[in-house]
Amino acid sequence: MNTPETLSPEIAPKLAVELGLKLDEYEKVVEILGRVPSVTELYMYSLMWSEHCSYKHSRKALRMFPTQGDHVLQGPGENAGVISVGDGWAVAFKMESHNHPSAIEPYQGAATGVGGIIRDIFTMGARPIASLDSLRFGTLDKPRQRYLFEGAVAGIGGYGNCLGVPTVGGEVYFEEAYEGNCLINAMAIGLMRAENLTRAVAAGVGNHVLLIGSTTGRDGIGGASTLASQEFDEKAEDKRPSVQVGDPFEEKLLIEACLELLDGKLLVALGDLGAAGLTSSASEMASRGGVGLDIDVTQVPQREDAMKPFEIMVSESQERMLAIVTPTNLDAAQSVCDTWGLRSTVIGEVTDTGRFVVREGDAVVADMPAATLAHDAPIYDPASERPAYLDEVQAFDPVASLDHPEGREALSATLLRLLASPNICSRRWIWEQYDHQVMLNTVVLPGSDAAVLRIGDTGRGEMTTRGIAVSTDCNGRYCYLDPYAGAQIAFVEAARNVACSGGRPAAITDCLNFGNPEKPDVFWTFHESVRGLADACTAFGVPVISGNVSFYNESFGQPIYPTPTVGLVGLLDHIEDHCTLAFKSAGDVILMLGRTRPELGGSEYLKVVHGMVSGRPPKVDLVDERLLGELLVTAIRTGIVSSAHDCAEGGLAVALAECCVAGDVGARIDLGDGLPGVVALFSESQGRAIVTVDADHVSAFKTLAAAHGTACTRIGTVGGDGLVIGDEADVSLDDMRAAYAPTLERLVHGEA
Amino acid sequence: MRFGVVIFPGSNCEQDAVHAIRHLGMQADFVWHGDTDLAGYDALVLPGGFSYGDYIRCGAVARFSPVMAEVMRFAERGGPVIGICNGFQILAEAHLLPGALLRNRGLKFICTTVDLRAEESACEWLDLAPGTVLRVPINHNEGNYICDAETLERLQGNGQIVLRYCEPDGSRAAGGSAPNGALDDIAGICNERGNVFGLMPHPERVVDPVSGGTDGQHFFTAIAQRLAEVS
Repeated sequence: MNTPETLSPEIAPKLAVELGLKLDEYEKVVEILGRVPSVTELYMYSLMWSEHCSYKHSRKALRMFPTQGDHVLQGPGENAGVISVGDGWAVAFKMESHNHPSAIEPYQGAATGVGGIIRDIFTMGARPIASLDSLRFGTLDKPRQRYLFEGAVAGIGGYGNCLGVPTVGGEVYFEEAYEGNCLINAMAIGLMRAENLTRAVAAGVGNHVLLIGSTTGRDGIGGASTLASQEFDEKAEDKRPSVQVGDPFEEKLLIEACLELLDGKLLVALGDLGAAGLTSSASEMASRGGVGLDIDVTQVPQREDAMKPFEIMVSESQERMLAIVTPTNLDAAQSVCDTWGLRSTVIGEVTDTGRFVVREGDAVVADMPAATLAHDAPIYDPASERPAYLDEVQAFDPVASLDHPEGREALSATLLRLLASPNICSRRWIWEQYDHQVMLNTVVLPGSDAAVLRIGDTGRGEMTTRGIAVSTDCNGRYCYLDPYAGAQIAFVEAARNVACSGGRPAAITDCLNFGNPEKPDVFWTFHESVRGLADACTAFGVPVISGNVSFYNESFGQPIYPTPTVGLVGLLDHIEDHCTLAFKSAGDVILMLGRTRPELGGSEYLKVVHGMVSGRPPKVDLVDERLLGELLVTAIRTGIVSSAHDCAEGGLAVALAECCVAGDVGARIDLGDGLPGVVALFSESQGRAIVTVDADHVSAFKTLAAAHGTACTRIGTVGGDGLVIGDEADVSLDDMRAAYAPTLERLVHGEA
Repeated sequence: MRFGVVIFPGSNCEQDAVHAIRHLGMQADFVWHGDTDLAGYDALVLPGGFSYGDYIRCGAVARFSPVMAEVMRFAERGGPVIGICNGFQILAEAHLLPGALLRNRGLKFICTTVDLRAEESACEWLDLAPGTVLRVPINHNEGNYICDAETLERLQGNGQIVLRYCEPDGSRAAGGSAPNGALDDIAGICNERGNVFGLMPHPERVVDPVSGGTDGQHFFTAIAQRLAEVS
């Protein structure tokens, strides 16, 4: 070791703690190395053993997830999961958070979030074909929240649009609980021929380690440990230099070059440089392959002067890829990079030692068993305790304890207030800023229950008749009130959205956003959410194939709502067998599937009208939900369904209004269910959907519903220029549109 | 009939353009921006995307790509050239078409489907009756067409305005129908000769009913028909 790298036994533990390691973790590093670590080694371990990279608090709980299935080609543990979708085609997908950087610099934080998840996809050998974004902010009456929201949307568009990857869906909620910690969860989907599946496994002693793409600078140093693995306080602004800056043009070139390299079978392995940069990418590739790597940092192209070895090893400069190449293929591989105007540099080689050796010229600055970085982080069994607030909120009965609006006038006004609520209103202002059509496969555009994409590769000229339907969902309010039920609702809502679009749920990815796991009450909500989600997946036979955990989403000691976001991919055998939510023709009969119960706990109604987040979230019956989904997919396939829409936030009345506005036609409803108006209209009972069928097909549909054991009630007819619900509500199309359409744009502009 | 679709680094609609043309039963191949041989192509497409990341200005770097000198010669010889979105921006930067494309009026990227009115023009790429309304997607951040008063007069007088943004019934709103703020609602223009055509909307996105519609077909079939008649 050279002098600047050497640490005294007194200084080393202090630096370790400063870098975020705990003292016993430092002791473990000393034990592994058999000596005091060098500066570079300490940085590398601190990053790799950070929560963000090591999942040390979550790993045990995640074992509850089912991860197997006939169609699963790659489960968790790689850059992305992969499932087979038929005819030799496969899709790779994953969701990941970029919350902490976005809370500091929303444009770049969100942009590099998209960039990072897209790299995870083409690393697998798949061409990125779509992305979705699940966003959470505080309420837009606060200027800071408007800045974060507008910046994040612009960043997602700015990056994705430039790449030519359509942004086809997502969701957004505005709640006080996210004021200090916005959530930016980006999901990407890629398409490949199954035989092109590539894994980031280093192999072949003597093979070259090739760094492709951008130069390395000091940007994002310690991003994973200083940002993603700590709570925020008033010093958060000082962490701005830890936020990376994206260059989507470079990434576009990387996509094309890497796919060409993989197509030409020129690489042994490929990995992207994400959190913890070169350290993470190289050590994970080495440990998966059971080999060693020898890297010389002086060979790494640098964009700043006098960078220290540790800075080069942990820099999170964006748009960089690491490849393993045989000496035979090196020239050909570098020539592909040259064609695309990309830098490619040999920075090291594969060894048989199993050790990760970092040199600065002749001097060794780090030398450790590669696998210890990626796999030997301590695994914790955090203390867990049911939060005290749950008893209080769950004891509250919103139906019995509050005065509710009654009568046509008051209920109609309430319906319009709900349609104008930021959590329900039209999302057009967002998705018009995203290219959602490039690649010519977006069959159902944003604004319906799920995005539907044709499986086809315009580049290869290979189009199929198959499709996928995708939805991201999570209502954090439900999870706050009951994390187990809330996580299940996230799953069943995603499944309903996909089924209403004609897709059979096939697999999910998740992004689990929580507060500080070292707090027992926060960890309890995490554990319950994972248990709920795992039980839902098991009941549906739908595996979790990839995912991400984001902890420490707290500001000034206040955690966000537990937010286990689900990204669900469903399959359509025939792309024509898809469905949208819009009412299609006057005269169509409206059927409600499922039953309404008096469930106002955690509802949008309760928040908007009474300013409360309390009560119990709606009950979930996983068997009923699964049958409902199967009914929807089967019925849509028979061709008799003209529209389908699930009932979610805002209840039946809002769902009906959305179908009317989308179809530009009214409806006349008679519920006759004897429920109080506010319950009939705004209860958020799960397991419900609205479908329309031609009058001639009502009995056929009812027979099908009976066969699936699903309650099916004829509730009305499409037609007219307003939504009339018995004696309970009567609102014109114009009024619904005026409430629903302009909210987001108005709020962004600071109008009340 | 063979189309050449140029790929600049950062283009991202080139595959869509090739697919659309082939979907319509014609031939299309990629032309790399570094190539300088355009022999064998009957018409050229400069596709949408973000050539060179749109850094400096949209199209400002791409116009210096080696292929552009050949594109200019091809156009001078009367060869048909269409620039879609970023391609239009490149044609404007290369002075093959007059005017410039500024940031959208609202300073936001816009992806939506708009109504377009075919105007009476000299453009070889369209054969629609003036007043025909088409539904075609737009997808851009810099589509706000601008030129000086003299140029505008010339465009109007020469029949160089090919497409205007309009209302669903073909009329133009008093305050303008262009969502991006474009001067005179201009969505597409051609050169005086009519062989070079630039437009912000994406006709290649609407050739197949499965993914959006068929209103974009005209743009590719019309030029093919015209070339077939000439030869």
